[in-house]
Amino acid sequence: MNKIPNRQAICEVLMEEAKKDRDITVLCSDSRGSASLAAFADEYPEQFVETGIAEQNLVSISAGLAKCGKKPFAASPACFLSTRSYEQCKVDVAYSDTNVKLIGISGGISYGALGMSHHSAQDIAAMSAVPNMRVYLPSDRFQAGELIRALLRDEKPAYVRVGRNAVEDIYDQINCPFELDQSNVLCEGSDAAIIACGEMVKPAYDAARLLAEQGMETTVIDMYCVKPLDREAIVKAAAAVKVVLTVEEHSIFGGLGSMVSQIVAEQCPKRVVNIALPDAPVVTGTSKQVFDHYGMNAEGIADKVKRLLAEQEA
Amino acid sequence: MSGFFIRKEDCMKELSKLAYDLRRNTVRMIVEGKGGHIGGDMSVMEILVSLYHSQMNIRPANQNDPLRDKFVMSKGHSVEAYYAVLASKGFFDMEDVIANFSKFDSSYIGHPNNKLSGIEMNSGSLGHGLPVCVGMALAGKMNQQDYRVYTVMGDGELAEGSVWEGVMAGRQYKLDNLCAVVVRNRLQISGDTEKVMGHDDLHERFGSFGWHVIDVADGNDIDQLNRAFDEAKTIKGKPTVVIANTVKGKGSAIMENKANWHHKVPTKEETKQLFKDFEARKEAL
Repeated sequence: MNKIPNRQAICEVLMEEAKKDRDITVLCSDSRGSASLAAFADEYPEQFVETGIAEQNLVSISAGLAKCGKKPFAASPACFLSTRSYEQCKVDVAYSDTNVKLIGISGGISYGALGMSHHSAQDIAAMSAVPNMRVYLPSDRFQAGELIRALLRDEKPAYVRVGRNAVEDIYDQINCPFELDQSNVLCEGSDAAIIACGEMVKPAYDAARLLAEQGMETTVIDMYCVKPLDREAIVKAAAAVKVVLTVEEHSIFGGLGSMVSQIVAEQCPKRVVNIALPDAPVVTGTSKQVFDHYGMNAEGIADKVKRLLAEQEA
Repeated sequence: MSGFFIRKEDCMKELSKLAYDLRRNTVRMIVEGKGGHIGGDMSVMEILVSLYHSQMNIRPANQNDPLRDKFVMSKGHSVEAYYAVLASKGFFDMEDVIANFSKFDSSYIGHPNNKLSGIEMNSGSLGHGLPVCVGMALAGKMNQQDYRVYTVMGDGELAEGSVWEGVMAGRQYKLDNLCAVVVRNRLQISGDTEKVMGHDDLHERFGSFGWHVIDVADGNDIDQLNRAFDEAKTIKGKPTVVIANTVKGKGSAIMENKANWHHKVPTKEETKQLFKDFEARKEAL
């Protein structure tokens, strides 16, 4: 049972790299604890900037630092980073093309019962719609680490969303294939394709195992890079199956599901069904309770696939 | 216009004249491009001329030098004046920007475009420049580089909350390498700033946030501006704001202090009159 959340994995990589590269700078908006970055702040006070509870300032200051050669990572709860400072992300980061890496922590419904103010079910849609902004949702701690290492090697804007809680591993230290702007095919089948991102990849992968036990073969794609989207992988997977499902911890509107549907409709028309959060404040509960309620767990995803395949047969 | 053999007063006079020549180019740009924020362009002109021609260590030859001074035009809608001043520094060709401003597929967009030589940041949405400059000034402190950072804001812009987030951070990090300029022309698109969202306590407000505050009685006077920027360089341990009291539409009685000239294309007759008035003001210097 893994107990290291993705945010902590990010901190570990940043601490490791900050030793070698003094331009790496972490910024928080009174969020060092929630971002698991308190250790970074303690170890590298000269490379840490606190902006107070001021997310707009967090992003603009990051842009100014980047313009002067620093490599800022601005970490703040995804709900605030992607809405309160959206315009700074758009103008000061993406439009001005500054090397700012935006780290949205406790994304999706991580904060559970804290309610809609603390949920970020719109960040994929919002960030993806901004030209020059890339959007990543790593699926486990190993991939989160690889992603940060890769982002340190380029000088372009990016938004990364990770959740609050530890998620089960998909990869391991040795086996974690990663290339920016690609995707990973975790298993292949000819019945259905499940395309998932972020922390929904694990339940999707588990669903494929449940389906395999019942004789159904499923392709599962870990779409850790939502923008630019790996069109080729989507079309290849969709062309080989009867039905396509998308799974994401995001609003049903404007996220991975919408984008995959767009590509499949254009390049290989086929039935696409989106599993996502409803267009409403989600039911109160822990994130696990919320996922269970909306069928966003391995059993729920497997059931949906079964039903869709049965409908196709009929 | 530079060199040790030129007396300071003569140099100031030359720069004041240059401001009027650049006003003429700005008006030509707006007429050609069929749009522009003419009132603010006119009020900010001497501030930009003072910064670019007297104060800042920025020129085409050192634009990639990490030690160059940094400037962000937070009041992005006064882009026509900004383009004219950048062209006068040789960042791009004056006739090229006049001919192509706002035209189809042009790089001379109606707000600053950092794909153009000499422009650090895109702006246009207000309240961004100061917080960005806080980051730039902070980087200077972290890297122990002694460049200075400047931003120019409008007075109407100060209603944006993000400005005050930047003001707080500037003080917190003791950014004495940061100088903000407020173009206090007392007019915004809807009219009198004091009726829209008042700033008559601006001096006290910035002071209470821990900034050094310099009031410039005539923000269209190059000499007064230079003295303020020189003073700012001597202040240690905190950032400085220069509140420059300017006249919106400065340069001709037909547009001075008139809110309806916030965004306007002058007619042929008005343009003729403006050019005539600019010449007369220049002669009177």
